[in-house]
Amino acid sequence: MAGQVDALYFFLLAVSAFFVILIATLIVVLGVRYRRRAHGDVGAKVVPALSLEIAWTVIPLVLGLVMFAWGANVYFAQAQPPAETLDIYVTGKQWMWKFQHLDGQREINELHVPAGRAVRVTGTSEDVIHSFFIPAFRVKADVLPGRYTTMWFNATKPGRYHIFCAEYCGTRHSGMIGTIVVMDPTEYQAWLSGGAAEGSLASQGQKLFQDLACITCHRSDGQGRGPNLEGVFGSRIELNGGATVTADEAYVRESILSPSAKVTAGFQPIMPTFQGLVSEEQLIALVEYVKSLKGRPAQAPPTQHEGPAAGEATPARPPAGNQPRQPSPGK
Amino acid sequence: MDTDTLALPRTHYLNAEYGITSWLLTTDHKRIGLLFLAAITFFFVIGGIFAGLIRLELLTPAGDLVGDDTYNKLFTMHGIVMIFLFLIPSIPAVLGNFLVPIMVGARDLAFPRLNLMSWYIFMIGAVVTTGAIVLGGVDTGWTFYTPFSTHASQSNVLMAGVGIFIIGFSSILTGLNFIVTIHTMRAPGMTWFRMPLFLWSIYATSLINVLGTPVLAITLVAVVLERAMHLGIFDPAYGGDPVLFQHLFWFYSHPAVYIMILPSMGVVSELIAAFSRKNIFGYTFVAFSSLAIAIFGFLVWGHHMFVAGMSVYGAMIFSVLSFLVAVPSAIKVFNWTATLYKGSISFQTPMLYALGFIGLFTIGGLTGLFLATLGVDVHVTDTYFVVAHFHYIMVGGAIMGYMGGMHYWWPKITGRMYPDLWGKISAVTIFLGFNLTFFPQFVLGYMGMPRRYHAYPDEFQALNVLSTAGASILGVGYLIPACYLLWSLKYGAVAGRNPWGAIGLEWTTTSPPPTFNFDSTPVVTTPAYAYDVIKPREPERA
Repeated sequence: MAGQVDALYFFLLAVSAFFVILIATLIVVLGVRYRRRAHGDVGAKVVPALSLEIAWTVIPLVLGLVMFAWGANVYFAQAQPPAETLDIYVTGKQWMWKFQHLDGQREINELHVPAGRAVRVTGTSEDVIHSFFIPAFRVKADVLPGRYTTMWFNATKPGRYHIFCAEYCGTRHSGMIGTIVVMDPTEYQAWLSGGAAEGSLASQGQKLFQDLACITCHRSDGQGRGPNLEGVFGSRIELNGGATVTADEAYVRESILSPSAKVTAGFQPIMPTFQGLVSEEQLIALVEYVKSLKGRPAQAPPTQHEGPAAGEATPARPPAGNQPRQPSPGK
Repeated sequence: MDTDTLALPRTHYLNAEYGITSWLLTTDHKRIGLLFLAAITFFFVIGGIFAGLIRLELLTPAGDLVGDDTYNKLFTMHGIVMIFLFLIPSIPAVLGNFLVPIMVGARDLAFPRLNLMSWYIFMIGAVVTTGAIVLGGVDTGWTFYTPFSTHASQSNVLMAGVGIFIIGFSSILTGLNFIVTIHTMRAPGMTWFRMPLFLWSIYATSLINVLGTPVLAITLVAVVLERAMHLGIFDPAYGGDPVLFQHLFWFYSHPAVYIMILPSMGVVSELIAAFSRKNIFGYTFVAFSSLAIAIFGFLVWGHHMFVAGMSVYGAMIFSVLSFLVAVPSAIKVFNWTATLYKGSISFQTPMLYALGFIGLFTIGGLTGLFLATLGVDVHVTDTYFVVAHFHYIMVGGAIMGYMGGMHYWWPKITGRMYPDLWGKISAVTIFLGFNLTFFPQFVLGYMGMPRRYHAYPDEFQALNVLSTAGASILGVGYLIPACYLLWSLKYGAVAGRNPWGAIGLEWTTTSPPPTFNFDSTPVVTTPAYAYDVIKPREPERA
């Protein structure tokens, strides 16, 4: 990817150099040739040639469109990670980068990745806008509060490279820098097996799912007051009101923080918001847990309705007679 | 006309009235232009001092000269002062005020009192903005990005926002005044396509001022309300969107780039014609390209946000439109260059500035294409590449044009000449100093140095040292004209009506002009730059 960006960059540089030299040469040559020779001389009236005007309108236009098409092509490749990626989460915060690996490792201002493997970074911010920038890989993506952005790269050479914050974020903006350590795949495996105290990211999420009592409503048997989350990630969800949405990271995040914004068809907007109760990093763990349920087929609901588990932990209990109707499986 | 005018006229706009109130209550567009000149020169010095401190800090990798908060305030205030208090008013409010009525052959602008009010509004806004600086400064960057400006910054964001809000009304009123004047007050025979190209560019600039500035005002109001009352417009915790701010901000601030560069393009068209003694090649193309820039300029704001989480299709639309807006700029550069063909070219000071403008603007424009190219923008955006690019446009372009224009019309404004040799020395010094300051920054940006960094990794030092060295040369380059222009006020040779042997209504009246510009309303019978018909001569000098 860096090679593609550089090739395009040097194409632009060559075109620019050509025109700068052309204009400079013309100015010097015409300036010398037509310098004023006698006091009071005036220039000859020149009738502009329409063909010239058309030429220097069309040529820049065509060159511009070539640059546009080439640039858009590279941008598409930058925006679309391959199907198989190693996923990393990053959270920007004044003034540090916090990383979470799927295996549960956490790092601050240092990120270990294997060489030769596509790495997809999903990022968000706890406070203001930051921008995650790795100049050596020619990639950059803003991380914003309240949403996820992604970028990807494939580091080819082991080594240590700069991570910069490229969007001004306050006092220690220039200190919000880190190092990405690209490792030989075997060394990376050794580094990974150093292990994480808290288990994998999904298992951290599962624990939160229980601690926050999400599980009382989002039951795996389909009998809860909220939808069963197994198999949900990546699928199309039908919403109350008829719209549909793809259950991606952003949708899961939104459903935790603003549950009533997009309610699955057939359910009541009874879930309370978890805004302020979970940190960005906990949200990421929860998202990763929901993601890990993707592979599991949704269980068919049992024939007999058992009702939701009554629990003190249930944050908001709907009034009696307001039970949501049973969701149909697979939606 | 050679011999009878080499004495100052007995009465002119400068000596028609005396006393401080004759200036503070004047409705003469020429005097108001000079009031603006005094104000913006002061702010140019202030902004330049901030720039000097920034370059000194960046001489070494460690953040050692000033603290990080101080540094952040320095680059913020450098941007705010240079953009809102110097560049945006520069050519329109000084040269535009002085020249628009004279160039159309009128006694004054359409609304002389509104014009004076424009200056007072500017000064009130400037005082409030300066107050925000003196009372502790602002640290948001001149871009005021949310949620940093609304939630995180501890500095005087409210006061600076109010100050810039007020200044905006000055831009709107001046723009309105120019538009009405150009529509309604042209002298007999001064048809649209006989107008000097400076007027076309001022007209296009005024359109942007009138249509774009209200959006900036709305945006600043939203920031101030959000900061003071936590409305949640830009705060995701309340369902707001921080990126919405960027859309609103750049909807004004990208066209604002054209507010700064279009007037310089107009000046350069005048200079190239005058010092080639020739009609501009492709007059109508140059004239309409100004309007095309003003119109297309409103459609490209999204190219500032390609890495801010924009959809790929949105990004593609903004990218292709950005390439379209480059075409009219290319048309201008080619036409200026072609104007030299078969000219009678004199390399006096204003011409050196104009040719310097063409070179630097060409580099600035072409590097803009790098930023419009999606795949490359991702790497170089928010780095020193962007810093270098926009300084090539705003300093290499806008300020070179402003300096060229000041040197060209200075004899008309003051009635006296400055020493041309010193003028040439200043033009060359500024050109060299500028390139040494900003060219290394393109390389720094490509190497990955982010902008707005107080401290930086060691490998970026060599180029930063070059840049700081260039900045000191550039600073000297700007000091030289300050000296000889002041000197010329008293000791300069008397200019006469037409010291350059140029064509244009402003060169048919005395230098300095009388209060009402012309003894009788001029009648225009030729196109602009009809050097083959009029054949003007500059006065013989010993």
